[in-house]
Amino acid sequence: MTNHWRDIRHADMLLINGANPAEAHPVGFQWMMKAKVERGAKIVHADPRFTRTSAVADKYIRIRTGTDVAYFGGFINYVLQNNLYHKEYVEFATNAALVVKDTYSFNDGMFNGFDPQRKVYDTASWAYEVGPDGFAVQDINHPRSVLNLLRQHYSRYTPEMVSRITGVPSDQYLEVAKMVGEMGRPDKVMSIIYAVGLTHHTTGVQLIRSGALLQLLLGNMGRPGGGMNAERGHANIQGNTDHAISWDILPGYMRVPAPGQKSIDDYVARSAPKKLHANSLNFFGTNYRKFLVSLLKGWYGDNATATNDYAFSYLPKPASDSSWLSIFDAALRGKMEGIMLSGMTATSIGPDSNQVLQALSNLKWLCVMDSYTTTSSEFWHAPGIDPAKVQTEVLMLPATHWIEKDGSFTNSGRWAQWKEAVLPPDGESRHDHWILAETFMRVRDLYKSEGGKFPQPVMQLMMDYKDARKPELDEIAQEINGKDLVSGQRHSTFAALKDDGTTTAGDWIYTGHYPASGNLAKRRDGVQDPAKNDPTGMGFYPNWGWSWPLNRRVLYNRASADRAGKPWDPKRPGIQWDGAKWAGDVPDYPPTANPADPASPLPFIMTGEGTGRLFSNGVADGPFPEHYEPVESPVANPLHPNVSTTPVAFHYDERAGRSNRYGTAAEFPYVATSYRLTEHEHYVTQHVDQLVQLQPEAFVEVPFELAQEKGIKTGDAVRVSSKRGKLEVRAVVTKRLGPLMIDNKKVYQIGIPIHWGFVGINSGQHWLANALTPFVGDASARTPEFKAFLVNIEKL
Amino acid sequence: MELTRRQVIQAGAGAAVVSPPVISQLGFDLTAAKNVKLTLRIEGATVSHSICPYCAVGCAILAYTKKENDGKVKLLQIEGDPDSPVNEGRLCPKGATALQLAVSRRRVESPMYREPGAAEWKKVSWDFALDKLARNIKASRDRTFVTADADANVVNRCEGIAFAGGAAFSSEEGYLATKLMRGLGLVFLEQQARV
Repeated sequence: MTNHWRDIRHADMLLINGANPAEAHPVGFQWMMKAKVERGAKIVHADPRFTRTSAVADKYIRIRTGTDVAYFGGFINYVLQNNLYHKEYVEFATNAALVVKDTYSFNDGMFNGFDPQRKVYDTASWAYEVGPDGFAVQDINHPRSVLNLLRQHYSRYTPEMVSRITGVPSDQYLEVAKMVGEMGRPDKVMSIIYAVGLTHHTTGVQLIRSGALLQLLLGNMGRPGGGMNAERGHANIQGNTDHAISWDILPGYMRVPAPGQKSIDDYVARSAPKKLHANSLNFFGTNYRKFLVSLLKGWYGDNATATNDYAFSYLPKPASDSSWLSIFDAALRGKMEGIMLSGMTATSIGPDSNQVLQALSNLKWLCVMDSYTTTSSEFWHAPGIDPAKVQTEVLMLPATHWIEKDGSFTNSGRWAQWKEAVLPPDGESRHDHWILAETFMRVRDLYKSEGGKFPQPVMQLMMDYKDARKPELDEIAQEINGKDLVSGQRHSTFAALKDDGTTTAGDWIYTGHYPASGNLAKRRDGVQDPAKNDPTGMGFYPNWGWSWPLNRRVLYNRASADRAGKPWDPKRPGIQWDGAKWAGDVPDYPPTANPADPASPLPFIMTGEGTGRLFSNGVADGPFPEHYEPVESPVANPLHPNVSTTPVAFHYDERAGRSNRYGTAAEFPYVATSYRLTEHEHYVTQHVDQLVQLQPEAFVEVPFELAQEKGIKTGDAVRVSSKRGKLEVRAVVTKRLGPLMIDNKKVYQIGIPIHWGFVGINSGQHWLANALTPFVGDASARTPEFKAFLVNIEKL
Repeated sequence: MELTRRQVIQAGAGAAVVSPPVISQLGFDLTAAKNVKLTLRIEGATVSHSICPYCAVGCAILAYTKKENDGKVKLLQIEGDPDSPVNEGRLCPKGATALQLAVSRRRVESPMYREPGAAEWKKVSWDFALDKLARNIKASRDRTFVTADADANVVNRCEGIAFAGGAAFSSEEGYLATKLMRGLGLVFLEQQARV
């Protein structure tokens, strides 16, 4: 989230798609209801299913899953065509005026720079014209200004075209477009709210970018009540992404170094954003080296010196994408020997669970650390699998659960909240961090006694905790914050970090959360005393927990005020210039930079442009979002049937020479999507009695009209099958799903809750929803396409 | 001991013992019943602060525990923290039943090992399990570690081990996992943001 949960109540309109907050984030949803009830905010919910979110929405839009680029794209076009965008904001806070190089092109679904052999774009070919001063050329009236290219790109997204793609009737669509257009007024603000219904597509990154573009055009980024707000689905996905349990980043969203980067200078030159405008602060780019050196000092201590380039060579440099799908692809290709899974079950998560089961069977060893058994710890005797044929060695290590340890969770709104250890460890279970530390120390002992491949990083990694085998989370929190190695004092801000080896910071975006005064994530000055604890009255509650960076509650908040520093809407200020400093939220800006000074920095301090990016080469599949069909789709792309799906999605099976596992609409005529129910959270809740009682059994939701065609009644057993697998479960027949007309073709969508498997209290329900989903990833993030695929349905 | 707001409220309610009787709309004197309920909740219970383990709304919770006569700590109740600006005391069905996730007969009791081809788990000691894991890691690391790639770039990566996890890790555990795994040279690192 660029904003945070409580902030949503400031919105005038909530555009919700790819999410069902009333059921999946019910307590967060109270802030949307507050916006509706207390300030009359309009809720528009676009979803394949009519859900409890739809039930309280002002407009429910039945949409085909995976078509949100067109849905947002039509709004972008409507706002531009009718000059409803927030002109002053766009000129001040976006890259609309920058001129793009004349090599840019987009024809029949293809951008320039495509390499047909490798099936990737050269993203560097999407660049700005550079002037004699070395910065990007600016001329908003230039035919190739970002704004004019944007107009041209989205001119194809007429209400009629959007309707052909999404199935939303154009008159209904226009009604929503008018509501969205209103939000470009400076005194109005809209929040876009989404979840994995937008990310789990082969166009996932561009779906999100489409929303961000719309928000930039409407002037809604950086403002209370605005922003792009991802509702995350697990307690600490945010914190663990921030701390980079992710192949492509280091803590604090620095890029993982790539082969060929021989030194830190080389790495920084190729990773850090470059200053593209004279008034761009380019804060991230300028400080990248300091953040990396401080990380390496934290990890390798005295073994990281100026002489050895701060042990930069110790950082592993991946050959290629190493994300979730790539792990199991490597196992299928016999290249992966062992996997450690902690609190994640590969089998249920999938996609293509049957193929994942095969991948796990190919391993030499698997280690599962969890409080409960999972479909991965038990994969070797899953239904249909003969244990005698599975040669994988499996370890199940009982780990403590959240309530048996302290440490912080960072919520969707970036608020780090410390929790206390409430209970002692259950039985023999041990903390994950003690299991990991002890295992690491045992590996170190083995290298010490036996030697082996390149032992230096293993031997030299800093483990200077009171007990290296049992580090305390409080010690680690201090390490994450970092300190000055000369004074020994913990930092209060990342502005103190240096690149000369005299500072440490395990994750620069968390620097300042644990200053000398103590752990700020422990603070609990909340709604027990609003007058005292919410001094601005805007709901920031600055002394409840701590939010990164620097306890800032709304990201990009410099853009909440105009050039002069006056809030766009004085009733809902983010920050404002008081004549001497920026007041309100913690400013996302130099705190005393006078806006009247012509040299004052542009509002988006993290980008090289100094502005929000309507055009960007930071994504792998195009500088502007474009609608492509899901890999399995019932129709050819109405915009460009010859390039129907994205040309740069990664088709793992095809690349590895495995047989095709995609179905066609002839065999599998129905669109399916998957989702959660309120009473379950992924798979662990199959171990919770009361929740299993509330939602005991796997089912699929079938549209009423389709059920009539097929003679299916609620409670009937049905078989839902894709090219990859099947479910045999009961049907729930419902009018909450219904047919859509897609490019003159009647298309039905089927709904599949994901929660069941062969492990849990009701283990008779052993069908895995993700047995159906395709093994394919988005070009930028390699996120699997869980949310749009083709199936058939038969009555049993 | 620092008094929480809840304890202050409860202390205030306890004072009702000497106040005029509480009469219900049907005319019953509820004082005794009220006192029984309040006494059961408060007596000997410690209030701890935690966060709901499910989705990422980040609802603050209060957990009430009590030390039993046998010295074991019993979790009595989990409820929403009314002070939180995020949830203001509210919880959904999952959060409200979090006690059953915390305390369960279904928890895995001890480390388990399944040999290649075996049809059953074997209960093993922690020492056996961690020794096995460390030896597996070292062997796979030694077999699949690449110091320089085909273009002679220094890459120092382990290609044959993956680590995934941690949506319910505390942030500090997640950070440690990243640090240790990068220290071992792993490149295949993943958690639940993508899936």
